[in-house]
Amino acid sequence: MLRRALQLGLGRGLLGRGLLGRGLGTHRGGSTLGKVEGSGGYRGSWVAPVSSYVTFRTRDPAHDGKTVGRLGEGDQNGKVSEIKKKIQSVLPGGAWNPPYDTSYLPPEHSDVVIVGGGVIGLSVAYWLKRLEKPRGAIRVLVVERDHTYSQASTALSVGGIRQQFSVPENIQLSLFSVEFLRNINEYLAVVDDPPLDIQFNPSGYLLLASEKGAAVMESNVKVQRQEGAKVCLMSPEQLRNKFPWINTEGVALASYGMEYEGWFDPWCLLQGLRRKVQSMGVLFCHGEVTRFVSSSSHTETTSGEEVTLKRIHEVHVKIDRSLEYQPVECALVINAAGAWSGQIAELAGVGKGPPGTLQGTKLPVERRKRYVYLWHCPQGPGLETPFIVDASGAYFRREGLGNNYLGGCSPTEEEEPDPGNLEVDHDFFQDKVWPPLAQRVPAFETLKVRSAWAGYYDYNTFDQNGVVGPHPLVVNMYFATGFSGHGLQQAPAVGRAVAEMVLDGHFQTINLSPFHFSRFYLGEKVQEHNII
Amino acid sequence: MAAPRAPLHLVMPVWNRGTRGIRGLSRAVALEGSQKKGRSLLQFLADRFYDVQALREYLLQKQVLKVHQKNRPFTYIKERFGPHAAGAYFILKQGGAVKFQGKEWIRSDAHGHFSLDFLKFQAVPVEAVDASGCAINYQGLDSLLALKELQSLWLQRCPHVDDWCLGRLHPLANSLQELSLAGCPRISERGLASLHHLRNLRRLDISDLPAVSNPGLTRILVEEMLPSCQVLGADWAQGLPSGPEEQSQDRASPIPA
Repeated sequence: MLRRALQLGLGRGLLGRGLLGRGLGTHRGGSTLGKVEGSGGYRGSWVAPVSSYVTFRTRDPAHDGKTVGRLGEGDQNGKVSEIKKKIQSVLPGGAWNPPYDTSYLPPEHSDVVIVGGGVIGLSVAYWLKRLEKPRGAIRVLVVERDHTYSQASTALSVGGIRQQFSVPENIQLSLFSVEFLRNINEYLAVVDDPPLDIQFNPSGYLLLASEKGAAVMESNVKVQRQEGAKVCLMSPEQLRNKFPWINTEGVALASYGMEYEGWFDPWCLLQGLRRKVQSMGVLFCHGEVTRFVSSSSHTETTSGEEVTLKRIHEVHVKIDRSLEYQPVECALVINAAGAWSGQIAELAGVGKGPPGTLQGTKLPVERRKRYVYLWHCPQGPGLETPFIVDASGAYFRREGLGNNYLGGCSPTEEEEPDPGNLEVDHDFFQDKVWPPLAQRVPAFETLKVRSAWAGYYDYNTFDQNGVVGPHPLVVNMYFATGFSGHGLQQAPAVGRAVAEMVLDGHFQTINLSPFHFSRFYLGEKVQEHNII
Repeated sequence: MAAPRAPLHLVMPVWNRGTRGIRGLSRAVALEGSQKKGRSLLQFLADRFYDVQALREYLLQKQVLKVHQKNRPFTYIKERFGPHAAGAYFILKQGGAVKFQGKEWIRSDAHGHFSLDFLKFQAVPVEAVDASGCAINYQGLDSLLALKELQSLWLQRCPHVDDWCLGRLHPLANSLQELSLAGCPRISERGLASLHHLRNLRRLDISDLPAVSNPGLTRILVEEMLPSCQVLGADWAQGLPSGPEEQSQDRASPIPA
């Protein structure tokens, strides 16, 4: 054991060549540390390995057992005590004091690294920990760049949840998520912490359709009812009876969600997930992913084509406000970075290839800025106001008890604002949001904007629906992003789906195979007709 | 980690001792603030041993499962005797009272026993349900919603009736004329907003709701929402400043970030 320690103390360079071991074997007269001080002559002292190395290499019988003079007489004591101290600190029981505190660094190894600590990332972490067998089997690390969530879509979201989608998988995701929210204190209960109150308003969504969209709305409602959502269709006459403050001019049909639809507080859900996930043992790191270290292997497909599969081995996490980074060895990476998922995918090498091939298919998720305005209208609609989405795309909902309303509108492709910052354009409200809303609700002709903010959509430019599942070529990167504005309302269900994919290899409860990455290459759009 | 100090409680106080009895959760909500003293041995152990933590989590789950068990559907009775009988059986089993059309109130006695005569009247609809203090939750409402001719529903002091349940009451819109939600600790103004479906409601009691943030204003808004309904609730003058020294409540909702 002492000899091993000596090898360590003397550095790896010598060891690497493998000569030291043999050198030690050949030196004369036992060498012990005890012989260092005050020993006359170098023969048999622990410095011998250096000399035997030299001896071994040159095989010069004249130098056998003697030093070459590399270590002069005078240096000997100083170097000796230095190296002795180093060895003693490395041996078990020695005090290894690293020069600074490293507790802010992520661990060196982690089974799963989740890039992004928003509601989707935390939901995946929660379900991974909940569905793992046995308990404590998987080590999960969540890397989040901004612990204040100042730009995260979750925190800036309006918080609506609905089942009125046209794609059946979206409806199922939303249904499970709403049940999760209803039972949130059973799922996210932490012993000794107060129960969560997500402040759910069960007021429902009211989608209005003009003549053109009426047929699509009817078929959508049929699909929704089949999946189990409680939606009813209303004619303009019924609308006027129920909500007399609506101007039904131009409305041909309306669909109203009676149950399980409404809005809630997304920050509460985020904090609840964070608290629970920390109690389950997920590690958090305040840092940014800057690099993936991966390896490639070439294989042939069944049709004989050459294909390059990549596997990520390390994630380099750069610590905030520092140049320091930590390479985290991982088995899986989950891309839940929301509006920044495109950049993370590029880092991993997704989309590096000739366009038109699978290697060249980028992740089509980009940041899009959306505005939300809060206004006060003293004569506005009352407590029964649902979340109204007009046929023109403008939407609003009641906020609180004081006649305040939140609303906005999705801009058309040409009017897309620059997503570089989160500055609000108030002219957009004047030109694009107010006129359709004032036309729909005449009381809104007199209103006063109290405040406004902007947030990002992780907008999927291909078909405005999420991307869930592994990448076909980068085999250990999983996506859970691209939800284009309805990520919050699908987060619990998507988290469970990704956890099932990771732990079992296939989806078990909700089948999200239509949301696989390969649809971007194959061109199969899963178009959602009701994007707000 | 500065854990809140609490007396010796096996599980979180809100779920534990407070939920027994009629005043259940409403009492527990008031007491919660005073529980933060004395670091308990169990909490100390739970922080250090996975077994103790698992035990506490299990006990918490048991509380929850108990409520679920009480709200299970009685499908056999529903198939055999009809939805009205099944609903009545459900309420009586929980400890409430039922009134069939043209008959007297049927109540369970102190031991939870009741006569099963009502199973004979198969087509007679249930007219009124008194579920005061019962542990009805979202699941249990299934049995109540099948009572299509229910006119009067009293859910006073039910500890598990919350906003989600109120969003579920719309199938009773045609017949329901009287609804009482007094004293329910989990109902807030957000759930009350979904009562506008109940067009035939004539009497609504929303007094004494601790989770409603602004009782006076809420009452006014509910009155506006249901014009033909008499709303019993907090006095609208409550919360108005009585003198220059009293701070008036901020009526407008806080602006979200």
